[in-house]
Amino acid sequence: MSLLSIDGLTQRFGGLQAVSDFNIELEEGSLTSLIGPNGAGKTTIFNLISGFYQPTEGVITFDGTPTSNMKPHQVTSLGVARTFQNIRLWHDMTVMDNIRIAQHYRMGYGVLDAIMRTKNYYLREKEIERISTELLEFMDLREYAEELPTNLPYGLQRRVEIARAMSIQPKLLLLDEPAAGLNSSDVDGLITLIKWIHDEFDITILMIEHQMKVVMSLCSWIKCIDFGTTIDEGPPEHIQSSETVIKAYLGDDSI
Amino acid sequence: MQKYSFNFGIWGMALIVIALSQFGALDLYIQSVIMFIGINVILSSSLNVVNGYMGEFSCGHAGFMCVGAYVSSILSVIFFSQNAIFGAPILPPELAIIGFPIVVIISGLVAGLTGLIVAIPSFKTRGDYLAIITIAANYMVISAIENVDVIGGSRGFMGMRKVVNAMTDVIDLPWMMIWVILGTYMSIWMIRRFVSSTYGKGIMAVSQDEVAAEIMSVNTNKMKMAAFMLSSGLAGVAGALFAHVLGYVNPQSFNIMKSTECLVMVYLGGMGSMGGAVLSAILFTVMLELLRFIIPAIDTGLHIINVLPDSYHLSQVWKWVLIPLTLILLMQFRPEGLMGNKELPKLFPGLKKFYKFK
Repeated sequence: MSLLSIDGLTQRFGGLQAVSDFNIELEEGSLTSLIGPNGAGKTTIFNLISGFYQPTEGVITFDGTPTSNMKPHQVTSLGVARTFQNIRLWHDMTVMDNIRIAQHYRMGYGVLDAIMRTKNYYLREKEIERISTELLEFMDLREYAEELPTNLPYGLQRRVEIARAMSIQPKLLLLDEPAAGLNSSDVDGLITLIKWIHDEFDITILMIEHQMKVVMSLCSWIKCIDFGTTIDEGPPEHIQSSETVIKAYLGDDSI
Repeated sequence: MQKYSFNFGIWGMALIVIALSQFGALDLYIQSVIMFIGINVILSSSLNVVNGYMGEFSCGHAGFMCVGAYVSSILSVIFFSQNAIFGAPILPPELAIIGFPIVVIISGLVAGLTGLIVAIPSFKTRGDYLAIITIAANYMVISAIENVDVIGGSRGFMGMRKVVNAMTDVIDLPWMMIWVILGTYMSIWMIRRFVSSTYGKGIMAVSQDEVAAEIMSVNTNKMKMAAFMLSSGLAGVAGALFAHVLGYVNPQSFNIMKSTECLVMVYLGGMGSMGGAVLSAILFTVMLELLRFIIPAIDTGLHIINVLPDSYHLSQVWKWVLIPLTLILLMQFRPEGLMGNKELPKLFPGLKKFYKFK
């Protein structure tokens, strides 16, 4: 059974059809990429998967649960984590707090526990602390735990954002242009990082990326979309030589 | 050691204040100023939860205070005192000492529930639009109470003095002072514990990036509800204490002016700073009381140097010119407030050695 299956997904904003009849089946452990020119509807698809928009038509099933009518935080608690194209960390909180708060769905205590400082509170906080410290260590961010994200270089901020997504302990990780704005050495680091996360945590990754270097060296399957519809899909070698894809990116040379 | 030093300090000071008022070393005026400081500390630190930590703009805080004031007044009068409207007390007035804290807690809970008037719209609305809703909520509460004639309507409601006297009759202590100090301490303690827990920090996540918070599994609606209900509930507690300190409540004393006072305190202290909220509440109340003496002094001064005509005297209303003026100056020169959303130990790292407050 596939982890994520999307069937006939359509999203209209007024008269604009952002996504039309989009289908995808993600096998567990796969690493897939969505590519396509600007405005093709890639981020909209991410927003639909993470529950940020309610689809006009179509069914999204994650791990056997239909998620189309869920709120984003509910979808996330099922194990779907994502990063954003423009980094959206909580800028006034330390890296550590960023990681901790992202575990909200399994906080396991409520307002009263927090105020009364019950045993349960200490137990859960300790557990969250342990998980977060471990994760920061894993992600090589231990030394920045008490820094504010805004004081970190862009490449590190990306890493923190990925770490924050990982603290959800996701089954599916959605990366929205992880290489955007990174310099070439950072990009190499990112490729290693994603590959490592994919192997180490055994998760499924779906990413949007424009840099072909990243896409070609990581993904086993690439889906190219334009105007909200899939125009071609296949392994990297196929996409590289696909005429429809090249046409979508570079335009038609016939007059 | 430093774990307890803060509590020792606070309780030591509280005991001294209580003892001084018990033995008449503090006159009633100073006592009431101290009690208003306590009430204002609750108001500003509770409004700080919404305006500071959650980054919303609530300008109807006095509305919730009003709910607390009325609920507590009515309850304590019904239960513990002989009254023209409600007749004989349900419980013997001697029980007021035990009953009063319960009444205050109930009025806090009711005010917290009233907070839902603002909390539920806040799911979909943010910023300026929510601010308008909070003003509307403030007016709703006031108008509703003004139109209930049983509890005095716009004439106000009284009788709480008897309940306070009933407490003093049993044991002769400055009871209201004790309740205000306890209430203030408990409120700050609750807020502090809530916002320093990882759960409560969800509020700050909502304020800094609501989209990211929702996507990162923070139930933003629940967090907003918690913040608004905590904030308005504590405002209710402040209102309950206020009503009993004064012994008289009137809906118009909880109008938009009072809400503005709360806002001034929060912005004076610096949004999202617990220490700031407390310090500015103290500063604000003291400043307000000092103006009582400063304005006549200026008046006499100006008459001596013949700047003002003899027929005109500066009245106390001028404080409503001076206070907003300080706000303008503050926004111009230090928009982040006195503390600028930092806590005391962060501004003065040396303090860390001396206390730890959790």
